[in-house]
Amino acid sequence: MTDALRIAAKALGFALVLFLLLPFVALALTLSAGDYTAAVDRGLWEALLLSLGSTTIAAAVLVLSGTPLAWWLARRSGWLARRIEGLVRLPAVTPPAVAGVALLAAFGRAGLFGEALSEAGIGIPFTLAAVVLAQLFVAAPFFVLPVADAFREVDDELLWTARSLGTGPAAVFFRVVLPMSAPTFVGGLAMAWARALGEFGATLVFAGNLPGVTQTLPIAIYTEMEGDLGPARVMALVLLGFALLLFAALRTARVERVLGKRT
Amino acid sequence: MLEARVTVRQGEFLLEAELTCRGTTVVMGPNGAGKSTLLRALLGAVRPEAGRIVYGREILFDDARAIDKPPEERGIAYVPQGYGLFPHLDVLDNVMFGIRRGRRQERIVHALSILEDLEVRELARRRPSELSGGEQQRVALARAVASSPRVLLLDEPLSALDQAARPRVRRFLADWLRGTRLRTVLVTHDASDARELADELVVLEGGQVVQRGTPDAIAFRPTTEFVAALTAGLIERDHRSVPPPGMLTEDE
Repeated sequence: MTDALRIAAKALGFALVLFLLLPFVALALTLSAGDYTAAVDRGLWEALLLSLGSTTIAAAVLVLSGTPLAWWLARRSGWLARRIEGLVRLPAVTPPAVAGVALLAAFGRAGLFGEALSEAGIGIPFTLAAVVLAQLFVAAPFFVLPVADAFREVDDELLWTARSLGTGPAAVFFRVVLPMSAPTFVGGLAMAWARALGEFGATLVFAGNLPGVTQTLPIAIYTEMEGDLGPARVMALVLLGFALLLFAALRTARVERVLGKRT
Repeated sequence: MLEARVTVRQGEFLLEAELTCRGTTVVMGPNGAGKSTLLRALLGAVRPEAGRIVYGREILFDDARAIDKPPEERGIAYVPQGYGLFPHLDVLDNVMFGIRRGRRQERIVHALSILEDLEVRELARRRPSELSGGEQQRVALARAVASSPRVLLLDEPLSALDQAARPRVRRFLADWLRGTRLRTVLVTHDASDARELADELVVLEGGQVVQRGTPDAIAFRPTTEFVAALTAGLIERDHRSVPPPGMLTEDE
């Protein structure tokens, strides 16, 4: 009886592995030679460039604003900090389409700040800025929350020790806190970046589908799905390839070594 | 000379302590007496409600004059419980952490010579996680010394060690402290540490100084029962001076 149970458990687990693997294999196997040129004709590289460019900007903004926020969250335990941490978690459980509608409600022409923004000559929806904002919105929790956890792991005593050795608070952050948290920092950034790269729903609602302006690779794939599946499959493979490449690059960049080394 | 008079309030707990440090001053007391809080006030990690901390003529803290120097400007190197070595740096980089003057090559030479003094030069390229407790302590002392401090703060320097290693490391620390010219404030709850390490002993209980003096003087003339119990270990086994008649406790 227990043997049967064990075999059944193994079979179920293995079935899941097969299920996860099969679509990737199918994606590669169903390609034909003409699909690639068709995909290029349909703006594959343009969309990829837009995806890479916008996610790079979103990742940079996320690091610059998310790192201080994570540090603040890590050093505070009060009511306000817990509420703000909950707020940062919210986009991770918000359906992307809802995120898009919410972003429109805030920054759209008829939105909360729409009038003020348009008076200032700023129009966000259906621009590259909207693409970046949508990516930032959905990706933020994947970076801020794990990094805050890693910062929490750094013992206060270590920080005071470093200060007592003649190092100011900012230098202590860059020479002790950041290097000690580097693996999580890099891992969180990779997850956030991958999430931004795959962003679809919020971008479509908030930024639209304008080739060369807001049509990122996931949206280009969606657009192709309405016609021939061939180019869509090529685009999907390219997107997958870049996501994996990005992940591998960040993982092997040995950032912890670079940060850990003294100047 | 380091002189401090501080009042620190943390919730219900009130610490009122005075301390003078010419050589090695050991602050002794039970858990919760406020020993570590006192160290943190000297360090600048805790801001006293009132008081004054002075090194020579230099004021490090004075509430009346609104002077509160940050830790990095006090010249007081801190070695926390468990030694606080930076886990992401090897031994040499740990020691170099506090050396600011000179080119990199000069700083390396300086750090290596300090490690040599503490007889742990061969550990230079090891990670803290690969060291024994005694080795970690020597590296932590080397790192503290390398920052050229005027005062050294040691929080329970022997508590992280297992029982077997403690006497040997304590002896090393005692010899080393006698050899160095640094003023040292050391916190412990262990009477053996006080006996071997202290020039002057300050006994803290419930946030108040209950007695101060040389270890012998305190052991032979405890002013409270608490101090007598706490310092009973000071006069066991090791009779460096003859106790005055009638001053011994019953179990002696």
